Parts: sequence; C-alpha cells; structure tokens
Amino acid sequence: MQKSATAQAPLATAHEASPPASDLGIRLRRSAEYIAVPLFALLVSAALFAVFLILVGKSPADFYSLLWRGGFGTAFSLQNTLQRAAPLILTALAMAIPARIGLIMIGGEGALVLSGFSAAAIALPLIGVAPRFVLLPVMALAAVAAGALWVGLAGYLRHARGVNETISSLLLTYIAIAIMNFFVEGALRDPGSANKPSTFPIGEANMIGSIPGTDVHWGLAAGIVLCIALHLLMSRTTFGFAARITGGNPRAALAQGLPVGRLVVACSMIAGACAGVAGFFEVAAIHGRANASLAAGYGFTGILVAFLARHSPLAIVPVAILFGGIAAAGGLIQRRMGLPDASVLVLQGLIFVVLLVSETLYGRFAIFSGERSASRT
Amino acid sequence: MNAFTLSRRTLIKGSASALALGAVGSRALAAGEVVVGIVYVGPRDDFGWNQAHAVAAKALKAVSGVKVVEEENVPETVAVSKTMESMINLDGANLIFATSFGYFDPFVVDAAKKFPKVQFRHAAPLWSKDKHPANAGSYFGYLNQAHYVDGVAAGLSSPTAKIGFVAAKPIPSVLSNINSVLLGARKTNPKAVVQVVFTGDWSLPVREAEATNALIDAGCEVITCHVDSPKVVIETAEKRGVKTLGHNASQAPLAPKGFITGAEYKWETIYKAYAAKLGKGEALPNFFTGGYHNDMVQNTPYGAGATPEAIKAADAAIADLKAGKPIYVGPLKDNKGNLVIGKSYDNYDPFLDGMNYLLEGVVGSIT
Amino acid sequence: MTESALATVLVAMIGGAIRVSTPFMFVALGETITEKSGRINLGLEGTLVLGAMVAYMTSYKSGSPWLGVLGAGAVGMALGALHGAVCRLPRVNDVAIGIAMMSFGVGLAFFFGKPYIQPTAPRLPSVPIGEWLGAPPALRVALDVNPLFLAGIAIAVFLWWAFRNTRWGLILRTTGDSAPAARAMGIPVDLVRFLATSAGGFLAGVAGAFLSLYYPGSWNEGLSSGQGLMAVALVIFARWDPLKCVYAALLFGAAGALGPALQSIGITQGYYFFNAAPYILTLLIMIASAGSKRAMRDIPGELSMSR
Repeated sequence: MQKSATAQAPLATAHEASPPASDLGIRLRRSAEYIAVPLFALLVSAALFAVFLILVGKSPADFYSLLWRGGFGTAFSLQNTLQRAAPLILTALAMAIPARIGLIMIGGEGALVLSGFSAAAIALPLIGVAPRFVLLPVMALAAVAAGALWVGLAGYLRHARGVNETISSLLLTYIAIAIMNFFVEGALRDPGSANKPSTFPIGEANMIGSIPGTDVHWGLAAGIVLCIALHLLMSRTTFGFAARITGGNPRAALAQGLPVGRLVVACSMIAGACAGVAGFFEVAAIHGRANASLAAGYGFTGILVAFLARHSPLAIVPVAILFGGIAAAGGLIQRRMGLPDASVLVLQGLIFVVLLVSETLYGRFAIFSGERSASRT
Repeated sequence: MNAFTLSRRTLIKGSASALALGAVGSRALAAGEVVVGIVYVGPRDDFGWNQAHAVAAKALKAVSGVKVVEEENVPETVAVSKTMESMINLDGANLIFATSFGYFDPFVVDAAKKFPKVQFRHAAPLWSKDKHPANAGSYFGYLNQAHYVDGVAAGLSSPTAKIGFVAAKPIPSVLSNINSVLLGARKTNPKAVVQVVFTGDWSLPVREAEATNALIDAGCEVITCHVDSPKVVIETAEKRGVKTLGHNASQAPLAPKGFITGAEYKWETIYKAYAAKLGKGEALPNFFTGGYHNDMVQNTPYGAGATPEAIKAADAAIADLKAGKPIYVGPLKDNKGNLVIGKSYDNYDPFLDGMNYLLEGVVGSIT
Repeated sequence: MTESALATVLVAMIGGAIRVSTPFMFVALGETITEKSGRINLGLEGTLVLGAMVAYMTSYKSGSPWLGVLGAGAVGMALGALHGAVCRLPRVNDVAIGIAMMSFGVGLAFFFGKPYIQPTAPRLPSVPIGEWLGAPPALRVALDVNPLFLAGIAIAVFLWWAFRNTRWGLILRTTGDSAPAARAMGIPVDLVRFLATSAGGFLAGVAGAFLSLYYPGSWNEGLSSGQGLMAVALVIFARWDPLKCVYAALLFGAAGALGPALQSIGITQGYYFFNAAPYILTLLIMIASAGSKRAMRDIPGELSMSR
C-alpha cells in the first residue's frame, strides 16, 4: 500500500540509519542524491518563476541578483536571513518531532504565543527584584513548560480520547491567542503601552543580547543545538527508535508492547517545548514584553519548513535559512523592482511545490543508487 | 499658530512656518541626496490606514533630489527593524517614516540609537525629548476631533441617536474616538448612546460584518467604526438601510443613501510640510501633531444621510474646534460610575493620550 | 438577560449561522469528496483566497457576479487538478503539497489582487426567504439567504445520497478505503483521486466567491482569517459525512456570531473568549464525542491520518 509520507518519512530514515549494505561508496552516492535532487528542484522552480516574471513584465536577472544581495550577498543580509531563520528552526522542530511518530501537529503557533506570554507574565513580579541570571532561566522554564503543556495537551487528547491532533492543535492555537490577548489587554496590561497593549517590559538590562560579532540573537544558536540534540535523540536512542517504530506502524508498536501513549505525549511535549524556546527568545531577545506581535505566523511557516526538511531535524536548518533568505530579500525586491510583497509568497509556494514534487525523483537515477530505493514500501 | 500646542511642545516650532511656506518651490538640497524609506504595516492599497499614508506620501516624491523607497506588509516584529536597516544599509536611506503604532518601541527607538545619522519619524504621538533619541520623532493627527463632529451630525440625523461602533481593540486612540462620538452626539441629542463591539483585531472582515449586523439587530440607527479597512462595515450597514459615519478615508461612495459624514486624517498636510522642508534642506521638526486648527484632520463632505440641521450643527462644531474649544468638558464619569475627567481638558492635552475608559453613555467594556 | 436581549442574541446567532456558514460548508464538502478518495488537500485555504480574488475581479470586469462564481470555481478546480496530478507521483506527500499550494494560492491572489481592493464589484443577490414566509421583521434580515447557501445544502444532500447509492459513490469510497482493492476491481485509482481533488478545489473556489461577492462582500488581503483551514478541520469533526458538514458549518457560524451579539446587548466582559467561542466549542464537542470506536470506522482507510 502506498501511504503518504507521514508514515513514509520515518521509515525512510530508519533505513538510512542502518543501511542494508553499509558500503561507503553507496552511502556517498546516496548522500549526493540528497543534494543533487533538491538543487535540481531549486533550479527548476527558479526557471518557472523567471517565466512568471517575464509574463508580468519584470526582469528575472534583476530579481535574482536582488534576491542574492538582499538575502545572502552582504554581511548585513546574511545576518538578516539568519535572524529570520531562528524562530523558523524552532517552530519547524515543533512540527517535525511529532511527525516522526506519525502525528500532524500544527499547534506550534499557539505554543509559541502562549509560552512567550508565560515568560513575560512570570517575569512581572521578578522585574527589578531578581537578578538577570535568575530572571532569564525562570522565564525560559516558564516558556518551555507552557509550550510543552499546550502541545502535550493535544498529544494527550489524541492518546486518551482519540481526538484528532491536527484539528485540536489548530483549535488550541486560536484559543492560545485569545488567552494572550485577554490578559495582555486586561489584567496584565502596562498602561504605558498605550495603543499597543503589552505587558510591562522586562527591562533593557534583562534582555538577551546578540551572538558576539553579529546582530543575530541567541535563538539561532539554541535552534541549531536543539536540532542536533533532537537528531541524536531520534536516531541514536531507544526512545527515538521506539518513536520511529510507532510512527511506522502503531499497531505493530502496540503489539511489541511499546508504551505508545507515553511516546505520543512525550513527542508532543518536546514539540511544544521547542516552540516554547522560540516564544522565550521572541520575548527575551526581541520584544522585551508580550503583545499581539507574538502571533506573527512563525508557527505556521515552521510547518512548511518541517515538511520540506522531510521532518529531519538536521535538514531543518538549511531549509529555514533558505526561507529566511527569501523573506529577508523580499523587502529589497519590493523596493527596487516595484513588485508587490506577494511575489515572495508566489516564489516560496513555487519552490515548495517543486521541491516536494522532486521527492519522486529519489532512487530513479542509476548514478546515485548502489542499491535501489530503500524507502519504498 | 495656537498657543496650547506651542506651550506643550516647544519642538513643534517651525512646523507652522513649514505649513505656511508649503507651496514655495524646492531648492537644491544642501546636504546631498535624501533617500526616504517608508514602512507600512499592511498593503499600501488597503482602502484605509496604509493607503491614506501612501497617497499623502506621494508629496515627498515630487521633491527634486528626494528618492523614496517603500515597503508594505511589514509586521511589527523583528521584520520591521530589519526592513529599516535594509533601507539604510542597502538603499542608503537617511530618513525613515515608520507608519504603524507598534513600530515605535522597541524597533524605531533601537534603530535610532544604532544609526544616529539617520532621521526617524513615527506616526503616533509617542516621542518625548527626555526619553528618546534626538534623531527620532513623531507626527500625528488627532482624529477624535473629526469623530466628535461625526457624533454632532449623527445626533441630529437619527431619531434616537443610538450609534453602533465597531472597534478593533480597546486602545487609547480608539477609545478616544468612541468617547468623542458620544460627546458629539450628546451635544445635539442628550439621550444619545454609543454601543461598542470590539472585534479583537484590525482586519477581520467577517467578524466586522457580523458586528455590524449585531449592532443593527440591537437597534442602532447609525453605524461607525475604527478598523483598518472600514469598507465592509459601511457597505453592510448601507445594505441594511441604516446611516453611516466613515473613518480614515472617504467612504461616501460606498453608502450613497445613508452616509452622514466621516472622520479623515489629512496626512497630506504633514507630508507636504515635510517635503517643503526637505526641499529647502531644513531639518524636520521632532514633534508634529495637530487637529482641526492646523488642517491635519477633516470631515468627509456630507452625504445623503445628513439632515440640514445636522450639517448646520456639524459646521458649527468644526468652527468651535478650530477656535480651540475643548471636547472633554469635565467633570465626566466613565460607564462604571468613576469620575475620570475632573476638569475640562484642552484637545491636545497629553492627559487624554492615556485614555483607558469608556464614558457614561457608552455601552461596552474594554476587557 | 431580558427577553428582548435574549431574542436579539438568538436572531443574531440564526442569522450568523446562515451568513457565515456557507464558505465553511463549501470547503468542507469539497474536502469531503477529496478525502473520501483517500487524499488530503490541506491547501484549500489558498484555493479559497484565490477564488475570492478571481470572483471579485471577474465580477468587476464582466459586471456579472455569477460569472465571478464560475471563474472562482474554475481557478479552484485548476489548483485542485494540479494537486491531484502531482500527488499521483510516487513519494509525493499530499499533506505537504497541500500546505505548499496554500502558500502558492495566497501568493497569487495577493499578487494579482492589489488593483481590486478599492473598486466596487457587483455582488450576488439574496433571496428574501423571511419575507416569503411572513417572518416577523426582526427575523427577516436574518433569513435573507444567498442562493449559494441553498446550493450548498442541496449539494450536501446530494453527496450524502450519492456516496451511498450511486456507482460513482461506491467507486470513490472504495478508492478511499483501499487502493489495492480498488485496483483489483479495475478502478483507475489515480484518475478517481485526480477528479475528486479537482471537484474539491472547485467547491473551495466557490466558497471564496461567497466571501468576496456576498458576505462580507469585499476583496482585501485580510478577507479570510483561516476559514479554509478551519473548514478542512471541520471535515474530521464531521466524520466525512456531508450532512454533518452542514451541521458543523452552521454550528461554527452560529458560535462565531455569539461574540458580537453578546457585546451588542451589553454583555461585554471577556469578549476575547466569546470571539473564540467557535474554537472552544468545537474542541469541547470533539473531546466529548471522540474516543468512540466509530471515529475509526468512518475514516477512509487510505488517508495518511488513519492508522
């Protein structure tokens, strides 16, 4: 039976982790395939978008040179790109980890908003009382806990009541935003925030600075570290192995006596915690307070990043950077070429569709395969 | 120029002369090319807040030696600081207009500290000399004055003067508009009430339409709003056959039968004054606000919904505002019975900028 | 709450159910057809937004709102067909493609929709059912319905009947329950799914036309606040039953009217939660009703969410 990739991706990775024939040559060729196919897909989507640009009367050459300049070509642009990639890495993890166990959990946005709010709220009685090195960890803990509980709730409902996690996590996102707005515009509002209702600021002295020598906040480093850690967790530990078995075939997992329910809840909580880290950095490194700007859509963009990365924590980093780069260049393109901001959306959509379609190419070229398509079921 | 603005903010000096000299032709710039970067929070053609800015900002493009770069749909996140930096680093911008309220703190403030040679101007009365960098500043119009005139006209254009107000969020500028509509309506009809529905966000067309319908079902005879794009509210009300008051831009063509009048910013005045200063190579004032007295707000020409008495009363109210007559005449209580305005306040008094209550006569709650 | 205030809220909720439910209904019905065939198209939010833009543009240019509805359906069908065509390739994930198509559809709509935000296009007329029934004046406006609302109910009833009683319905269900079984019966599985996704796209496009041409009746970039996404979720809630899609859409519409209606009669505290009522209510109902064996029985066996 040809199942969709939610079930397939984990299986594919299961095979990668232990290739049937661990011959170095074959491994290298297959790695080359994982670079060549996406590159080819990028070129195809770039060509398609060039046609689109010509049709609307704009110069593709201008567009791509500005895309390079605005996203990667200068030190400023590169930092702009990395800064935008940071929350996407974390919210993509919030999608990718549950996907490994077979859940489509799209609640990253809600978890981010609620955890950012929790971090700002728990800081309120501590501002000016607790020193920075106490305040920030407390905020981070509150954020991670809130995120883990929120997505964990969707995981628990899935396990205990059979409530579909996709819809419940989406509903919980809307509810999280309502909760934040209720408090930010009511009980916890800083009267000084006037027309942009916010909680009291945590104070400039308490903010997290940038990574030395750059303009990029520490959320990027946290995201990359988490990607590596979660990659190891999912590929090298018993927990990860059990989760992947469950994702591949839950009935078999149950039959083998794996604690499926606990695994489901645990993966959901890890996901929420990742979104929680993103929420913490939004408050502690960017806004310095909680307000409606926390719901900036990072959670939703992260879903796409995760799918493009085939739910592999390591692949999330380059995909998020690509995404951040396009977003970073979008402004320059708008200003220089007079194209509407939506042209970036069109390009992104095109790249995603083509990249996802290119998945069909894996294993089709003899040059890359010592042994054909391990992941077909 | 009037006394109270000057006494309140010494820095506003110069804006008056800029206004007077607005028409004088532009000379070559003394200090090289000026590159202006304008940042919008929504689409430039949203038929509301952003469009009003974009249309008025065209005045800057007409000045020789001034180059304008614009970026739309920039959210109030790290994206706006990156957009401003990108304008400065990649486009060479040396004057930034940030047109959304939430851009100011921390983004504009931080950018101004980081780029001391670049001038920043932000569209809300938030800048203060003591707290913020000297290369930043504010410009703003007090739209509640025009909403007050709306209220005056509405009080005489419907039998019971029950006015429905679709509002986005309970923030001071929205609350001030709601309260001003009430005070205006009470001026001409002491029994007037304003019924508020908060939708919770700036652009939620379906909920705005629902709110309009709910207010009309609850007996409101006049509908007005403070949301990003009032088109939906005005058209829904027109379809239901009730009268309307506009907001932000002229909605008169959308409601040929029931339109009374509307509150509009005149950003044109500001951007033209800025353009004139740039043309002469002069520095821009840090603080530039106003209302009816200096032509920074206006009312939409009366529509078919305005009765002759209403037009007369509204014209008189405009004359009063130009003469500096206060809207908030104390003592006034909020709708929970607390005394919130103890005395009469000048229309530009900073006390009113922090409004966080709905006056007695408004049905609604800010939480 | 006085009696008249209660009446106001009830009228508003009935009106809200009728006014707001139609786009949910159309998207949910379209997605039901698609999912019955064993595929998920999460991208209907993009289809809805593009449909809304195309409908408004077509109506403005041609002067005929019904042509706009048709145009929206056609462009929706094209997006659906694209989804259906690429998902037949091995290893291409339908859920992921759907999310990518959402971005693509929204992008196209915003890109080409800028010039149509301001102009006023001819809108769809309403059918004054309240007047025909001689309903009290307070109810009349609430019962002003759009022909598309009635069409949506008709389509739902038809689908409900057709899924069970026609050969096409059987083919669709078999394809969705087990592709190998369908292939064994000689059913062209990919073609069926292609057609089902195209049909789903058509209905989602029409849903967009309702938004821009009837209620709220305007095109701008904030027009859809996730209606397409929510409607796809409602299909799971409705357990792939077209009639339940209608109930779910009506319930969602009525709950959405609750926030503004309560505020309009002076119950204003905590409006953020009233405004979130549709989401809270749906979640509570799901928690209360889920956990039964029936949930597993109704789900098409080929869907990637069925395990």
